[in-house]
Amino acid sequence: MTVTMWNASDVAERVVNQRPLFILDVRNEDAFADWKIESPSFEYKNVPYFDLLDGVEELVTELPKDKEILVVCAKEGSSEMVADMLSEEGVDAAVLEGGMKAWSEHLEPVKVGDLPGGALYQFVRLGKGCLSYMAISDGEAAVIDATRMSDVFVKFAEEKGAEIKYVFDTHLHADHISGGRTIAEETGAQYFLPPKDAEEVVFDYEPLKDEDTMQIGSVKLDIQAVYSPGHTIGSTSFIINDEYLLSGDILFIDSIGRPDLAGKAEDWVGDLRETLYSRYRGLSDNLMVLPAHFMDMKEVNEDGSVKRQLGKLLEENHGLNVKDENEFRRMVTENLPPQPNSHQEIRETNMGKITPDTERKREMEIGPNRCAVRG
Amino acid sequence: MTIQVHEKLDAKGLACPMPIVKTKKAIGTMEPGQVIEIQATDEGSLADLKAWAKKAGHQYIGTNREDGVLVHYVRKSSGEEEQDTSFERTVSNEELKQKLSEDVQVVDVREPAEYAFAHIPGAVSIPLGELESRLSELDQAKETYVVCRTGSRSDLASHQLTDNGFTNVTNVIPGMSEWDGETKNNNE
Repeated sequence: MTVTMWNASDVAERVVNQRPLFILDVRNEDAFADWKIESPSFEYKNVPYFDLLDGVEELVTELPKDKEILVVCAKEGSSEMVADMLSEEGVDAAVLEGGMKAWSEHLEPVKVGDLPGGALYQFVRLGKGCLSYMAISDGEAAVIDATRMSDVFVKFAEEKGAEIKYVFDTHLHADHISGGRTIAEETGAQYFLPPKDAEEVVFDYEPLKDEDTMQIGSVKLDIQAVYSPGHTIGSTSFIINDEYLLSGDILFIDSIGRPDLAGKAEDWVGDLRETLYSRYRGLSDNLMVLPAHFMDMKEVNEDGSVKRQLGKLLEENHGLNVKDENEFRRMVTENLPPQPNSHQEIRETNMGKITPDTERKREMEIGPNRCAVRG
Repeated sequence: MTIQVHEKLDAKGLACPMPIVKTKKAIGTMEPGQVIEIQATDEGSLADLKAWAKKAGHQYIGTNREDGVLVHYVRKSSGEEEQDTSFERTVSNEELKQKLSEDVQVVDVREPAEYAFAHIPGAVSIPLGELESRLSELDQAKETYVVCRTGSRSDLASHQLTDNGFTNVTNVIPGMSEWDGETKNNNE
């Protein structure tokens, strides 16, 4: 019997295509309860590796015989040990190379649609539910809400023969570390941030103003900023080519943004209401909404993308359909889910106030994103 | 800061699962109730060690951070939770709290590592195993309260003190495991 190594792409392919898989997660029980590889087609069993040090004979009887088995841990050392032990008992099991750390960093690029002179790509971070974007037109590119793995974006643009001209963040992120600044530094692109979110930022950036319109490519592809506060005071959406609405953390597919991650739920709930119930309602129903996060695999379409028409969301998303203002206020300020792990440290990193090493950045990002409120 | 322990394990630079694998092995050769110090650099070792110790019945005492190294303290299970106490004079934690403002001496007979992470301010630290040889550090005539984690080690200590001429000894039950009064941490 042999132990095979799978990389995060091998797992991503099974998630997107909803193929069956049995995940034996050998991290401690709290870590498993906090965060795991999510897929409706997967089956799970959590047994901490330290409960298996004396042998796996008992565990073997509880494993399926007709399914692929993948052993997962935090990095990979413990799952290798367990897979080796299983192998000695005659059970074939694969190991996730790099463990949950690699899973957290894996980005799956998905083409969302064509644009004049190019296309719009969504980078799906399955492990954490983050969504980033790259618009390409005639050899020029704009990157929006890039995650920490900046090299993925830089390489992708290179492969497509495009020069990154603009880098945008819709807001100051609290759940993950932005790769925007690094990409701008490496490529010479301009880095735009909403100034109201950037008051404490310690590096140079270009302030993003409402209705600013940037263009890429010779066909002059328009990227228009739409000030849409509520998740943060600076939150800004983008309309690309009058077709796509990049909604940041304001509007998701099955939920809406939470106003409390900078500690100001009471102050920002009015802005959130105004953005979702007036500003967005004034936009064209035909816009395709592309959020910066998803929370549940149910929000992921069959092609691996996360998108839905604004008109549909206005009908179906509960957060857009709470008529009573007080009820809305209660929904987004009370009984909120726990805040993302290390959110304060992550905000300070994104402001440039602290510069943790890569290992520490990884640790800070462990766990789900938790940026939404579901009504 | 150095804390006196029975065993030390260097697991620096080792990735999961090795810190726990080595700890398990080392603890296997120790006497019940003894304390091991584990030095590790793997961040994950903290949560895993806590969870492992709980399941295995060992007592996770605490962790200090020193220059990027996690220094964990674990006490091997001793089965003291199940032991009966026999010393006659006992008080509850609440009763001891009332007494602390008076001129009494509190003797904490847990291991130095347990004492270091949380103890009653002013309590004297003498581990049970060293009590007989360190009696001179205490005042025989003073009203004496003996405390440990569960009341079991302090029960044995109370007998020892009385056998050695202490006249006013009281065992505190249960002791530090449920102490909700003020505590001091030597690591801070």
